[in-house]
Amino acid sequence: MAATTYLDLQGIRKSFGKFEALKGIALGVERGELMVFLGPSGCGKTTLLRIVAGLEAQDAGTIVQGGRDISRLPAVDRDYGIVFQSYALFPNLTIDDNVAYGLVNRRDGREKIRDRVRELLALIGLPDAGPKYPGQLSGGQQQRIALARALAPAPGLLLLDEPLSALDALERVRLRGEIRALQQRLSVTTIMVTHDQEEALSMADRIVVMNHGRIEQVGTPREIYETPTTPFAADFVGKVNVLSAIVDAGSTCRVGGVALALARGDLAAGTAVKLYLRPEDIALSVNGAAAGVANTLPARVAKIEFLGAFCMVGVALDLPGAQPLTVNVPRHAVADARLVPGSAVSVSLPPAALRILG
Amino acid sequence: MATLAPEPPIVPAVVRVHHWQERLAQGLLILCAAALALFLFAPLFMILVKSVQDRSGAFVGLLQFREYFATPSLRQSIANTLVVAVIVTGVTVPLAFAYAYALTRSCMPWRGFFRVVALTPILAPSLLSAISFIQWFGTQGLLKGLMGGASIYGPIGIVLSAIYATFPHALMIVLTALLLADGRLYEAAESLRTPTWRKFVTITLPGAKYGLVSAAMVVFSYTVSDFGIPKVIGGNFNVMALDIFKQVIGQQNFNKGAVVSLVLLFPVFGAFVIDWIMQGRLQSQFSARAVPYVARPKPWFDYAMLAFCTVVTLLLLAVLGMAIYTSFIKLWPYDLSFSLRHYTFGLIDAGVISSFFNSVKMAAVTALFGTMFIFGCAYLLEKTTGMPGLRALIRLLAAVPMGVPGMVLGLGYILFFNHPDNPLNGLYHTLTILVLSTVVHYYTSSHLTAVTALKALDNEFEAVSASLKVPFYKTFFRVTVPVCLPAILDIGRYLFVNAMVTISAVVFLYAPSTQLASVAILNLDDAGEIGAAAAMATLIVAASTLVCIAYAAVTRLMLTRTQAWRKPAPAA
Repeated sequence: MAATTYLDLQGIRKSFGKFEALKGIALGVERGELMVFLGPSGCGKTTLLRIVAGLEAQDAGTIVQGGRDISRLPAVDRDYGIVFQSYALFPNLTIDDNVAYGLVNRRDGREKIRDRVRELLALIGLPDAGPKYPGQLSGGQQQRIALARALAPAPGLLLLDEPLSALDALERVRLRGEIRALQQRLSVTTIMVTHDQEEALSMADRIVVMNHGRIEQVGTPREIYETPTTPFAADFVGKVNVLSAIVDAGSTCRVGGVALALARGDLAAGTAVKLYLRPEDIALSVNGAAAGVANTLPARVAKIEFLGAFCMVGVALDLPGAQPLTVNVPRHAVADARLVPGSAVSVSLPPAALRILG
Repeated sequence: MATLAPEPPIVPAVVRVHHWQERLAQGLLILCAAALALFLFAPLFMILVKSVQDRSGAFVGLLQFREYFATPSLRQSIANTLVVAVIVTGVTVPLAFAYAYALTRSCMPWRGFFRVVALTPILAPSLLSAISFIQWFGTQGLLKGLMGGASIYGPIGIVLSAIYATFPHALMIVLTALLLADGRLYEAAESLRTPTWRKFVTITLPGAKYGLVSAAMVVFSYTVSDFGIPKVIGGNFNVMALDIFKQVIGQQNFNKGAVVSLVLLFPVFGAFVIDWIMQGRLQSQFSARAVPYVARPKPWFDYAMLAFCTVVTLLLLAVLGMAIYTSFIKLWPYDLSFSLRHYTFGLIDAGVISSFFNSVKMAAVTALFGTMFIFGCAYLLEKTTGMPGLRALIRLLAAVPMGVPGMVLGLGYILFFNHPDNPLNGLYHTLTILVLSTVVHYYTSSHLTAVTALKALDNEFEAVSASLKVPFYKTFFRVTVPVCLPAILDIGRYLFVNAMVTISAVVFLYAPSTQLASVAILNLDDAGEIGAAAAMATLIVAASTLVCIAYAAVTRLMLTRTQAWRKPAPAA
């Protein structure tokens, strides 16, 4: 894998006064992949991106891009294109001039620049926007122009700083598909910063989950969602239930006095642990239909939240401690089982889906 | 995966390589700081030095201050200055508030006209109002009878003239504060059935509070600092600005002048600091999503406001009109026939007209180079990076001129640039030093206009340019300047108009060949040539008016030409 690493970060640290924004980041981005920095605001993801861009100087650490050490280079001497949340299009220049902004400087011929601009506008699906001004386009269109401008000089690295956050919901979903398709077509190495987990899951080759200036987990979207390695990663990406349990002998544990089977048996008896599992991994049944299924516990419906295709059913275990759980149940299943708050139900927690973290 | 690689060895702190473009920007910023240090800080520092020295240059500590406070006449002028300033502030600010309230909260007709007329005093030197009040109420005044035996020469004249001169300054500030009001607050109050008086007390006044304080501080400082009005109409009534003038020009006692300057600096700088703190609090008060308040017709209220504004406007026009009228008649009050003799004989033949052209030249040069320097410096400050300490210093220096009376700045310039050991003393008495002092005197407002315009630009333009390998100065000329052009023209107009009327700083710095129009008015008035003085004041008003009309025309033309990107039609 290391052979194809295009961007290599080692030991990146950055403090603003007493606030430690980045506490030693080591990360490799592979050639042609789209990597997403995901985390809550203040986690350091934007600072890290700006350090890669040379817009902030790291306090310590090295950055190697395509075999070249760029750690100490100013932004002007690095090789990247960047797109900001605010688009940052020059309002007094036409779309053509905006896209050509970085090309004019390379002293290419006028013909060549015009062709390149036309090519890029076609690529982003706005072939006729050339003579217009940024203010005459919608937010999504402006962001596409910003993308074309960043890509025009064919940079080795594309940086996207929350590019979709300023757009409305529909435009956001449309544009994330388009950006992903464009990125794969050009196979340009890309880093995107976002706080939106759905955006990260749908677009990324790999996700870096960040929190408090540290990397929590790096992995493909499936890995992050299905096998989170830290409580933060499990909680930040997708919804998760947390159950307090005590480890028994062997590969079982106890929740409210009832034994549950686990997929692993390497923990010492008596250890207090937290069990993590996704709402859609829990099977909910009525009238004893789940008799004999492993890890089936009695519970009572507390509330039902209708979300369209499915309902989020909040239940409380009918056991000492009455720990709450959230279960995703298809809309029809809720109707068929006549679930109402107060209904007695059973919940089955598959051993393979129960993860012990932290 | 790289994440699993062992921790790298401890790396030394990263020292950034600086691109020559960054070095260029930082070098220019250092030049800006040096210029401000040389033309603002050093002269003011000289005042401090001189105030603790005697005439021979020996250190005497606070002796001169003790002497100053022991002189009854000088103590008296401190009291005089403060009393006059407090009265002027107490009248002008409520007047300006009522006027601004009428302009923003009523549906009276001709609001645009009333607004323009109320701002005309800005175009006139403060001396004009003093001359005009003498014509109305002086010994040979038309309405002398109204004075009931009191004399216009003295505190009454100073107060009236100062109210006229400060009214537009207060009006602009209060107007802005009232325009910023959030219409949704009034709608919310109405839905709660709030009576009108309560809306005024709970929404309007708190919303305008900072504007009112700011206006009060500006009016107070202006009155305390102004020297032209008391010189012309003050009679034997002494004020501090006049004391500086007398010490420096009359007695050539620069050290005593420095002492008075420092004492004068106290109230003005105090007002400035209060205003500064208030402005800081203001930032957080308004949300960007405020909905402008739209007045609804209320006939009774609207007519009352119309009557009020008409009276104020007529009074303002009476002041300006009298000065213009005086310049076009033969001899007040004996021969009222129309004549151009004050212009032809009084100004041209007497050779004084050259000072008008000096003023125009000085104002034009000030507007051109002042705008370039101020906007350029503000750009480097806001949009380039590095050297945080120097940036903080420049921000501080840029804020200082607002709190320094022109007389004080002017005296500092004499002390610093007339010093025989100063290699720059060749500047003394030149047009250049007049330009420099004027730019510095009006620096703060212009700087704030530039910074506001620059802050409205997207913060990432410079980052985008760097990523596209376009040098920052190219983006400055291709994007920043065109987008900020309205603000740039506004700064130019502001500097021009103020350079035409300024007197306090330059009265110490001119030579016979570089005498300015405002100084000429003072000298003509001293010589009893009140008709010629009025003629000169009229010329200044005419020149400033022309520039303002040209500014309005250019701005309108530019806005139509750039409408495609400035005010785009909503995207289809």
